Parts: sequence; C-alpha cells; structure tokens
Amino acid sequence: MSRAVPQREPAVPDDWELVVGLEVHVELSTATKLFCGCANRFGDEPNTNVCPVCLGLPGSLPVVNAAAVDFAMRLGRALGCEARGAVFARKNYFYPDMPKAYQISQYDQPTNTDGRLELPGGHTVGIERAHIEEDTGKTTHIGGGGRIHDADYALVDYNRAGVPLVEIVSRPDIRGAEQARAYVRELRAILLAVGVSDARMEEGSMRVDANVSVRPAGSDELRTRCEIKNLSSLRALGRAIVYEAQRHVDLWSGGERPRQETRHWDEANGRTTPGRSKEDADDYRYFQDPDLVPLAPAVEKIAAIDAALPPLPAARRADLVEAARRASLAILTGKPQPSDPDAREAPAPDAPEPVSPETAALLVERGQDGLVRAAMAEGADPELTATRVTNDLAIDDWSSVTPEGLAALVAMEASEQITATQSKQVLAEMAERGGAPEEIARRRGFRAMAGDDLAAVVDGVIADNPDAWSRYRAGDDAERKKLSGFLTGQVMRATKGQADGAAVNRLLQERAGPTSQLA
Amino acid sequence: MTALGIAAVVKSGERTALDVVDEHLARISQRDAEIGAFNLVLADEARTAAREVDAAVSRGDAVGPLAGVPVALKDNLCTRGVPTTCSSRMLEGWRPPYDATVVQRLRAAGAVIVGKTNLDEFAMGSSTENSAFGPTRNPHDTERVPGGSSGGSAAAVAAGFAPLALGSDTGGSVRQPAALCGVVGLKPTYGAVSRYGLVAFASSLDQIGPMAANVADAAACFEAISGHDPLDSTSIDGARDPVVAGLGQGVDGLRVGLVAELCAGSARLQDADGLDGVSAVEGVAADVIARVDAAATALEAAGAAVTVVSVPSAVLGLSAYYLVAPAEASSNLARYDGVRYGLRVDAANAAEMNVNSRTAGFGAEVKRRIMLGTYALSAGYYDAFYGKALRVRTLMLREFAAAYAGVDVLLGPTAPTTAFELGAKTADPLLMYLNDVCTIPSNLTGHPAVSVPFGGGDDGLPVGVQLMGPALSEPVLLRAAAVLEQAAPSGGGAP
Repeated sequence: MSRAVPQREPAVPDDWELVVGLEVHVELSTATKLFCGCANRFGDEPNTNVCPVCLGLPGSLPVVNAAAVDFAMRLGRALGCEARGAVFARKNYFYPDMPKAYQISQYDQPTNTDGRLELPGGHTVGIERAHIEEDTGKTTHIGGGGRIHDADYALVDYNRAGVPLVEIVSRPDIRGAEQARAYVRELRAILLAVGVSDARMEEGSMRVDANVSVRPAGSDELRTRCEIKNLSSLRALGRAIVYEAQRHVDLWSGGERPRQETRHWDEANGRTTPGRSKEDADDYRYFQDPDLVPLAPAVEKIAAIDAALPPLPAARRADLVEAARRASLAILTGKPQPSDPDAREAPAPDAPEPVSPETAALLVERGQDGLVRAAMAEGADPELTATRVTNDLAIDDWSSVTPEGLAALVAMEASEQITATQSKQVLAEMAERGGAPEEIARRRGFRAMAGDDLAAVVDGVIADNPDAWSRYRAGDDAERKKLSGFLTGQVMRATKGQADGAAVNRLLQERAGPTSQLA
Repeated sequence: MTALGIAAVVKSGERTALDVVDEHLARISQRDAEIGAFNLVLADEARTAAREVDAAVSRGDAVGPLAGVPVALKDNLCTRGVPTTCSSRMLEGWRPPYDATVVQRLRAAGAVIVGKTNLDEFAMGSSTENSAFGPTRNPHDTERVPGGSSGGSAAAVAAGFAPLALGSDTGGSVRQPAALCGVVGLKPTYGAVSRYGLVAFASSLDQIGPMAANVADAAACFEAISGHDPLDSTSIDGARDPVVAGLGQGVDGLRVGLVAELCAGSARLQDADGLDGVSAVEGVAADVIARVDAAATALEAAGAAVTVVSVPSAVLGLSAYYLVAPAEASSNLARYDGVRYGLRVDAANAAEMNVNSRTAGFGAEVKRRIMLGTYALSAGYYDAFYGKALRVRTLMLREFAAAYAGVDVLLGPTAPTTAFELGAKTADPLLMYLNDVCTIPSNLTGHPAVSVPFGGGDDGLPVGVQLMGPALSEPVLLRAAAVLEQAAPSGGGAP
C-alpha cells in the first residue's frame, strides 16, 4: 500500500455531511488456525491445510487457539479497547464454503470494546468493538465467466476455513473519503506495529466494508445507511464512499429515501449496485456456542499484554519528527541539544520541519523510523537522511544498512563529496552487500565535481545558452525552477553526471541574484 | 460372563480373547436378525483385535483393564474408516477419518469393538423406531421397543451380544433404554467423558455413557473412557476419585432423597410433611413407583437415610429441554448440506441442492426438531423461547444444588413405564417425549445419573430406578447402584 498523493475527488455538496463507519476484517498471522492445529498459510495447494475440525466433520469439536486470543487482545489494547470476558457465538447461515453452516464468532460479548483510533491529522474515530471470528473457505466459480449465477460449477478450498479473523467495527465517526482512507492506513500501521497481521488488502488478509449515510450539515441524526462491500483497494474505498454519499444526497434531495441494504462496489463502472435488502437478510439465530467455554482474561494477562505492546505508529511518528528537530538544530548550532525542547536554542520561527509528518508516516509504515533515528543520532542530516531512505523504493531489504554507514553516506552527500545519484548507487550496494560507503565510493571512482571545477562548467553552460540564461535571470520562482532543470541538465551532460544537482542550482542562483519581483 | 470376568480370564490366559469374541459373534448371528441391535457387525475387525490382545497376553505384555471384552458402539460414535451413520440416510457412505476419543480409549483398554448399534436417527427419539434402517426390538419381548435413542446398545447388552456397550444420553437416551431392557446405564457428569467424535445432537446436553449387564462392568467402562481430553473444550480437567475400587463400600449413612415431583403416588409422599401443593409429573405408572419405593426401602435396609425432597423446577425440565435441545440440534445438523459428505441430491444451484439433500436425507422426527429449534432461536422469538429455557435451566441448577446440600443422592424412576409396544407412540410425538420426563433434569443440570434394574413391573418387564447426584458424584452413585443391584428382587429377569 503506497502512500499516494491525496486524490482530488468530487465532493458532496457543502450542505450535506457524510457519516461513515468502517468494518474491517483482518486475518491474524498466527501459525495455526483459530480452532484446530492446521497451518494458517496463504497460497498452498487447495484443501491441504484441513482436518476434521476445520472441515466441520460430524463429531469434531473446536478448541480455541490461545495465540489468536492473544493477538486479538494485543490489537484491542493498541486501539485503546477495554479487554473483556468474551463468549463465542454461532452465526447460522448456509453457504458451501462454510463447513459447519455456522460461523463461530462473538456476538453480544466480544473480546474488545470501546476503543479509539486517532488519525495522523488529529481526528479521532471511535472503535465500537474488535471481535474474534473464524474465516470461511473460498469458493471459485467455474464457467460462465466465473460469475456466480451462470457458473457451471464451483470449487471450494477450505484452507482458509477456520483462519482467525478480527473484525474491527468503527463508530460512524468518519466524515469523508480521505478520512476513511487515513483510518484504514492508520489501522494497517497499527496492525503491522503490533505484529498481528500482514494486513494486505490485495491478498484479502484485510477486507473493508463501509457503512455510508448522509445528513444535513450540522445535524447529529443518523439516517438510513447502506453497507458497501467488495472494496479491494483504498482507491475503491474512497471512490465508493463518494459515489454512495452522492447517491444518498440525490435521493434525499429528490424527496426519496435510500433503502437500508447491502450494496456492491462495481469498480469497472464506478458505481454501487444493490445487493440484499434488510427485509430479506438472513436471520443468523446467534446463540452461545455450547462447544466452547467463555474467555475470561485475567487482570495479570491484560497487564502483561499492555507491557509488551511496542511503541505505536502515532508515537513513533511524533518521536521521529521531534528527534529530527533536535538533530537539525544541533547541526545548525554546532552544539548537541537537550532532549527537553524548551531547554534548546530556539529554531528559526519559520523553519520547516526537517522531517515532515507525511515523511515520518511513510518511514514508520515501512518500519524505517528506527534506522533514520539511529543515523541522526550519529550526526546525519535529518532531512537528507529521510530523503535518501524514502527515495529508495527499489531496496527491499535494509538489514545490511547500519546507522553508522547511513550517517557516513549522508555526510558525504551533504558535503558534496558525491552527488545524489552516486549516493543512491552507493546505498544500493550497501543494502545488497554491506560495506562502508567511503570504500564503495572510492572503488567505484565516485567523486562529486565541486568548487572551481564545477563553477567553470556552470559558467560555460551559461555562456553557451544565452537565451535560457536571460529568461532565468528575469524569471520568477516558477520560471527559474523550470529553466534550472534545463540548465542543470546541460551541466550534467558536460560533467557526465559527476555534478551534484543541488550544488549546480545553488551556483545558478548565486550568479543570477534574487528574483525580479523580490528586487 | 461379565466384562470384568472376561478381562480376568483373558489376562490370565485361561481363555483367549478370540474365543470370547467368537462366542459373542455367534450369539449375534443367531439372534440379531430378530432383534436388530446392530447397524453393522465388525466380525473381521473384532477377530483381528482379539488376536492382537491374545498376542500381547502370550508375550507377557501389559494389557488393559478391558482386555478382550467385546463392546458395542452406538452408531453416532466416529470409528476410523468404518461407516458411522447415526441411523440416517443423510450419512450413508460416510466413513470418518478418525476415531472418537472414547473409541481410542476403549481400544487402549484392550476392548474389542464388535459392531455399531442402531439408534433413533441422530439420537432423536425414545424407542429406536426413528431409525432409517428399521427398529430394534426389546430382547425381553420382541413386540416391544427397547427404548431409545441408545436402543441398539441396550438391546445388545440385554441379548448378551456384548457385555458392554456405549450409548449417548442427551435427555435420557442411555438411562431410559437401559431401564426398558433391564441393564445398567450411566449418564456421567457433563464433561467427565470427552464428546470428541460423538456426532452432536445437543452439545450442551450430550454425554457418552456406558451400558452394562451389571454395575461393576459399567463402573469399569466409565473409568476407561472418562478423563480430560484436550480435544473437547468442555472436558473437565483434574484428578478423579476411583470408582470400581469403592463399589463394595455400601451406603451406610448415605442420605437419599426421593424426588417428590417424579414420584406421584408414592406411599412415602403421603407420609411426608410440607409437600402440600407439590405438582408432580404425570404419567409415571403405579408399578414403576412401587419399584422406586421398594428401592428406597432396600437402601434404608442397607443403612441409608431416605427422606422426601422437593425440587419444584423438575417438572419444567421437559419443556425447557424441548427448546434447548432442538435449538442446538438445528445448528448442529445444519452441516449436513450435501456439499462435502453423505447424501447429495443434485439441483440447479447450491441452495436448492441443500434443500433437496436435507429433504431426502432426514427423517420426520429430525425435521420436526430442526424446525422447532430454528423457530426457538429466531429473531423476535429468542427471548420468549430459547432465552426462557436457559433461565429455567439456571433455576433447575440452583434448586438441585440446594437439594444436594441436604442429601447425597436423589432417587426416582428412570422411565414412566416398562417397555411399550412397537408403534404405540409413533403417531403422537408429545406422548413419546414424555418418556424422558424423569431423565431430562440431569441433562439440563449436567449432573450424573444412573439407571439400575430393580425388579419387574406388573407385566413382568424390567423396571429401572434412577439415582441422581451432584457433579462428579459417580463413585457414590455407582456404590448405591451396587447396593440396589444386590437387593434387586426377581422379575424383569433374563431375556
């Protein structure tokens, strides 16, 4: 899940407010299934991870996997939930991929209740519950284009049957598509941080349904909602919410009311289509599963889970931003800065964050915040370190990159001993084979052209491109930015890439003087 | 020969297990065509198992407490690779890939499994007439039913086809057929015996229990099959008191309570104080009550103190049971959908295939209970039916606990009458349900109870009396049962 640039999407009219709640199913990454010892593994040959229990054979009985309960409680505590005594219940309905014709879930007494999730922007979304349940098998329809109604036959794979799930149900506190996406991203970051799920939407280990309704802006009523299913990406989630909200606004505005129903997101046509309405919905006939005993977590158990919780994404982001401020100020002042912000020398009032909250979020999501912080502690420039690490998407495995090595690399780049392009290549080798950046750069013959040599090349390019240079000198910031790309390109060509782009840009600015409108 | 007697001679090498098994197989082939106790006789498998026991004995290896003892299994207990039908068309052709925990434990104890016995379909019934494979007949009178649902197991023991059998008891299905066939039947404490591999009827009530020709054999079988099983979450953990070792200790000083609500017409009720306005269950026959009174007298003669005890909610048991059990059954039996095993009747789509398969596979009584249970759990009805039944259950648990504060065991009838004629109650399900009125309370409370033969009724057919006790009181119950066994008058004798 990459962190895309916020997409602009059509919004509902200002006099309406969106009311969205999300139900997110995540598969827990326990070694075995929820009620038997079969492997919990994605991608194996169909029907190889099965036994009498997960196939629901007559006479078989479920025994709860204590690790799955632990995982669920860890997630619940990370979401600020109350950990409670819980009861497993049967949700009865027929479907070929559900072996017992009932799903073991939790109904009126779930493991986690009443939590909250704070979005990076500060908005808080309430968590109603996060309960444990078993997954179903997987049906594949064969023939008739794979659609359920025209298929010739269906194949069922029960490897997924009995895989532990947690369903996290939010309160209807989400007010728009971007918030919904931010909620899912943050929930995913928490899941990864506490290590209970790989939370991959594309593999189905994280599945999102959205309850959408609208109301006049400023009111606090809850109007008829529709549940949108089949949302297989963050993009689909955002688009579906906006589409569905607009549909509701149109209905209410036209004097009609939406029907409470389940709807399916049709990605190809960008719309939702009706599914089952509430009137013909199944009666699940929930009742306590007599084959299982209630869960009663001891106070000590809850305390142990709390104590073992790792730092959560929100705290890690804040810590990273703060550590970057401190490191940046230390470089600027040439003096180590105390950990108490009030005891430090004051930064310039308009100084930008050396590591922005967005960059911090990306680093935390990718688990690289620890590396960046350690490199900063070695004296590396925060902004350049963050840029170097976030830019190198091609590197999968960072385990060979030490904080010391990264700090040395960033220092070489900051002092213009090597160019940004060279720095990336050195980093790639460090990640692949390990080794000190100085040694790698020397072996590869990397050296940034700097000082008088670079100034001479820049002056040569200015002389050879009088038109572009005069437009650069006369131009505003935007114009200069455009032309600097061209002029830098000429310098790069002349130096065969041995020049550092930032250094070239600085030389161009020096020679041109301030932009005209500032003068 | 008793089960313990067989084990003793097999262990000593006096007789071979193969000889014992052949003798029982001969009896089966002689008379089971008439009785219909077995759905499947496992002659070859039994002989193979018997030879293994004999080989172990001749090698001088340790053999189990039931070495060489032929055992019959109710056909709702899973046996690896051997058809397990629940006497239903629905499971035709299904061979479980695993043994039930009790089956494993019996094998480990040296027992030899001789066959799978007939039952009311999915254990739903009180006469073994609801079997897809035809009824079982009572060895004492083949025009009469053996009771149910473990009628095949009861008949097998009564006919001498096997000295031991396992049944399952959800509302009386071990005790009532034991009473009607003149054998001993124990419904253990819920959780004392693992349910893993017992095809579920009503999970919160089901319990596997032994059926035997005498109390000591039932006790030995209970010891072999009970104990914690990590595969059953409701299995009770922890050490247990031995049962067989204490059987001879008698009942001197034991406090016995005759349950007023189950003994309408008892002479002892007329003499007791404070029982005005007690409402008792109806339909318990006078000759049965007379046997219960005689049992009370026999216990007194052995040193027990008998009083009359009132447990008012006992009369509510039947109603609560017929909500709880069908509700759980409607969910437990939903898995028979034609998708993975058993009967499939094809159709244009999966949902219609489910309907066709279940329509063809289940018999009338099973369908009736699925409908009842589905209704009891439905939105809008849950509180009035299932929810209320659960509250009755809580009330019963409280009242029985109070009763056991004053007495050690309770005494009452097992079945309201002696064995009735085939077809006598099949047209009236409610009349059939009344068979369980005295046995159901122990299932709802999870407490143990045993039925022990105590003479005959006016028709000369066996009568069983029931001893009930608090959780894990099997040692006391069986000790008291052994006293009644010794004191039992003639009548209801050998089939």
